[in-house]
Amino acid sequence: MSGYRLDHGGDIDRTRPLTFHWEGKSYSGFSGDTLASALLASGVRMVGRSFKYHRPRGLIGAGLDEPNAIVQLEQGAQTIPNLKAPYVELYEGLSADPVNAWPSLGFDLLAVNGLLKRFIPAAFYYKTFMWPDWLLFEPAIRKAAGLGTSPALPDPDVYAQTSAHTDVLVVGGGIAGLSAALYAAQAGKTVMLVTGGAHWGGRLAGTSDTIEGKPARVWIEDTLRTLAAMPNVTLKARTLATGHYDHGMVSLCERLTDHLPLEQRSGPRQRLWRVRADDLILASGAIERPLVFRGNDRPGVMLAGAARAYLHRYGVIAGRQVVVATNNDSAWQAAFDLAEAGARLVAIVDARNDPSAALLDRARSLGIPVHTGMAPAAARGGRSLRGVRIGRVSREGRIEGATQTLRCDTLLVSGGWNPAVHLHSHGAGRLTLDTNLQSFTPIAAAGHRSVGGAAGDFAPAAPIPALWSISETGEPDPEAWVDFQNDVTAGDIALAARENFRSVEHLKRYTTLGMASDQGKTSNVSGIGILGTLLDRPMQAIGTTKFRPPYDPTPFGVFAGHRVGEGLRPRRRLAFHDWHSENGASLDEYGGWMRPAAYPRAGESEEDAVRREVLAVRAGVGLFEASPLGKIEVKGPDAAAFLDRMYVNTISTLNVGRCRYAIMLTENGTVFDDGVVTRLGEDHFLVGTTSGHAGAIAEALREWLQCEWTTMQVLVEDVTTCWAVANIAGPKARDVLAALEPDVDISGAAFPHMSARTGHVCGLPARIARVSFTGELSYEIAVPWRDAGALWTALVEAGAPYGLTPFGVEALMTMRIEKGFLHVGSDTDGATLPQDIGFGGIMRKKTQDFVGRRSSLRSDGLRADRRSLVGLEVTDGNPAPLTTGAHVLPATAAAPQPGEGWVTSSTWSPTLEAPLALALVERGQDRMGDTVRVWDLGTWREARITGLCRYDPEGARLDA
Amino acid sequence: MLLIDCPWCGPRAESEFRCGGESPIVRPADPAATDDTTWADYMFFRDNVKGLGFERWHHRYGCGLWFNIARDTVSHRILAVYGITDPRPALEGEA
Ligand SMILES: [Zn+2]
Repeated sequence: MSGYRLDHGGDIDRTRPLTFHWEGKSYSGFSGDTLASALLASGVRMVGRSFKYHRPRGLIGAGLDEPNAIVQLEQGAQTIPNLKAPYVELYEGLSADPVNAWPSLGFDLLAVNGLLKRFIPAAFYYKTFMWPDWLLFEPAIRKAAGLGTSPALPDPDVYAQTSAHTDVLVVGGGIAGLSAALYAAQAGKTVMLVTGGAHWGGRLAGTSDTIEGKPARVWIEDTLRTLAAMPNVTLKARTLATGHYDHGMVSLCERLTDHLPLEQRSGPRQRLWRVRADDLILASGAIERPLVFRGNDRPGVMLAGAARAYLHRYGVIAGRQVVVATNNDSAWQAAFDLAEAGARLVAIVDARNDPSAALLDRARSLGIPVHTGMAPAAARGGRSLRGVRIGRVSREGRIEGATQTLRCDTLLVSGGWNPAVHLHSHGAGRLTLDTNLQSFTPIAAAGHRSVGGAAGDFAPAAPIPALWSISETGEPDPEAWVDFQNDVTAGDIALAARENFRSVEHLKRYTTLGMASDQGKTSNVSGIGILGTLLDRPMQAIGTTKFRPPYDPTPFGVFAGHRVGEGLRPRRRLAFHDWHSENGASLDEYGGWMRPAAYPRAGESEEDAVRREVLAVRAGVGLFEASPLGKIEVKGPDAAAFLDRMYVNTISTLNVGRCRYAIMLTENGTVFDDGVVTRLGEDHFLVGTTSGHAGAIAEALREWLQCEWTTMQVLVEDVTTCWAVANIAGPKARDVLAALEPDVDISGAAFPHMSARTGHVCGLPARIARVSFTGELSYEIAVPWRDAGALWTALVEAGAPYGLTPFGVEALMTMRIEKGFLHVGSDTDGATLPQDIGFGGIMRKKTQDFVGRRSSLRSDGLRADRRSLVGLEVTDGNPAPLTTGAHVLPATAAAPQPGEGWVTSSTWSPTLEAPLALALVERGQDRMGDTVRVWDLGTWREARITGLCRYDPEGARLDA
Repeated sequence: MLLIDCPWCGPRAESEFRCGGESPIVRPADPAATDDTTWADYMFFRDNVKGLGFERWHHRYGCGLWFNIARDTVSHRILAVYGITDPRPALEGEA
């Protein structure tokens, strides 16, 4: 037992006790406590084990700088790893465990690492475990050196995201932040003031300091009340500024429900704010440095400023017998405050020979013994501090002469203060060394400025001693900790320097200094100071590593927001979605659209349904929803000339009312898209694209118009979702269409294959195109999306006498393979050129340039052994279709060898009653009739190269 | 996150835009008569400057306009926004 609670003081509500669980044991605290303050008040000293050596550790901080009290909060799906205990607000029933302790804090099997410490210096793992293979050792090492455990279950919480614009954003709710916000608000600016914790007033909250003639508490309350009453001010506590990005954007993480008991939580747990402000004021305060000496990590050694915060905010005295060791004035104030609150102050130890008379007088009046010119040589004790040995200290930090031991259970230390420059640094702000502070302060930057502690405004009039490393040998001590969370000692830094890791970035990566989840808040500057001393170079020449967002680890859920599960991407539904669902369609996602794969009947497998649907189309007539097919209107006096430049095919020769199948390339020459282009008028085209690709094609067309052919007069509009499309296909398709009483002549002579008409179908305005992806007589009927229901109902009714059969995407794909019709993305990849898919002849005939032409004719494109698209006929008598992606090998191949190509599409053909495939094969078009072997995961098949079209090659059925 | 001043919509967040890379990239007037080296230079080779760079951006989730900006690739400051056919403005780099 050491820390204890006063019966008065602090911002806690003693009428509202709370029960919580730490390591499975019950404790109590009060409303207003944090997990850290409640543990400290309960006398719990040891709160964690260190990362590498599993040394016992206690609280040293009172904020996000805390490197030791790293906890796993709650269990199961609710669990959150690696939270800092001083930042976890206490609630009824809270349950937390330390990380890095197995099986328990008191008995930690891995503490044997601590006994082996002298064999585990910095970079030990890298050096020792490189042979024979780091990967063999890594899992076991990661387990031993891990932090908390990630939740294994889906996150049950939801997270919100929002944006805000304000004239002034003030980060930090201490005196500097409150003052800056008030000043800006009174000048009429819109102001947003945020603070990370639940408290306002920063380090002065609850102190006896006076501000503008008022006690700090009163000043803070008055100022908050004034701000809250102003309509141009937004105040947000529990809102941490986590990052500062380009052009002044600041990210905030607002904790909405984390402070509530689990059963009382509702709504989003946290909210991400993206804030843009004309002026960003950083009032993020300063972070105290520990002193670096032997055993400075013993539980009971704490930062002096933290002890002061625990006293004033929570009414907790950190210990029963307190020694204060420092090199600056601030720790004296902690000693005075604690003494006045009734703590027993054993001594103040100051490395300076001449602290100010005012401090000495005050100590004398409080009866606190003072040792000047002295510093701690070593902390004594195991799991708990029992005393500190002190001695005279030189300017270089060497303990000289005899030492004496002071008995104590608590040692409060201060090695000076570092302005919290993180957000300044995120925003590319530069730093300069303040030699009085022995730390780095921000250099004023455009768009943001630091005030108060964050700007180093507390700098003393004269330099404090640069007491970077204290030891009895004069060398950095291998048992003096610099980075507590990552277990880096002064000795490790000396080792790095000896091994010539002299840049601060190398030091960081070699020793892992500052690479823990606190990004070295308490350790970076000390590490730079030690390295500078070792190398005899000034600190500014060593430099600082760059801080990066987030300031403190932030849950992934906050960044994901609603973009998880079904919220990741909107699902697109077809115009006739409800009908498909009600009529037994098995729906699958195709390019973001939920589309019927097939319409299996009761007791029918999907495979059987596909066969039935194919045969129904081939023998009668089928009905397919084709709404997702891309539809782009291209209009204007230069539309025809423009499309000639965009397509491999010539479009300008197309007659009005006619359609042409065409392919489009990227400027790099590869196949980009295919589709049917229809000429609706002299200067009006409808460009068809593959499903799900319309947006990309429209964007590409516009980019060429806006950036390259800037004088062409062409309008491009993606109208895909303006038109619902029903496709009727099969020998009886014309009969079904006739029954809908179209007002255009649909006879074969008047309305031939590859033509289009605009008119009415069952009274609805419609565009009818006679095009086919099935190989049968086929009409695509497009009506305004709002009319989809009326069209579909009429079709189903009119088709009934003809056995109209709905068919899905799988039947369509089967029929297009039978016809050898290309499917971009299946039969082509990012290297397929037009000559590989049979467009070489069309390219040669066209005289003018088009996008991708020049690239497709580079020497690689002209190689004779390029792969070309062919059909494959299975010759081994096995009815199973070839596997898509299987390797095509020469007929002589007896073992796997570099392939000549691969299967791109494959199916069972119900029409031909045989397996069919398409493949990209080297010199394929010149090898008709050749036999090949097809290999897939150890299985061999035999096949013969054929032409692409295996069904109605003359196209008689299309022209019927 | 950059704040980009779209000539049509005004200042908007970077996430609404797509960067189209260095600008202008001049497409050879007669591609068929262009040798492989020159064509590769047009297709693939970019200055990749440290400091003042000129690039085109597309207001993809906005008005759809393509336009040019002059951006310092070190400070990310945008020094000018100008039309897609306008010449590069005369500016000094900051870096
Ligand atoms: Zn715009």
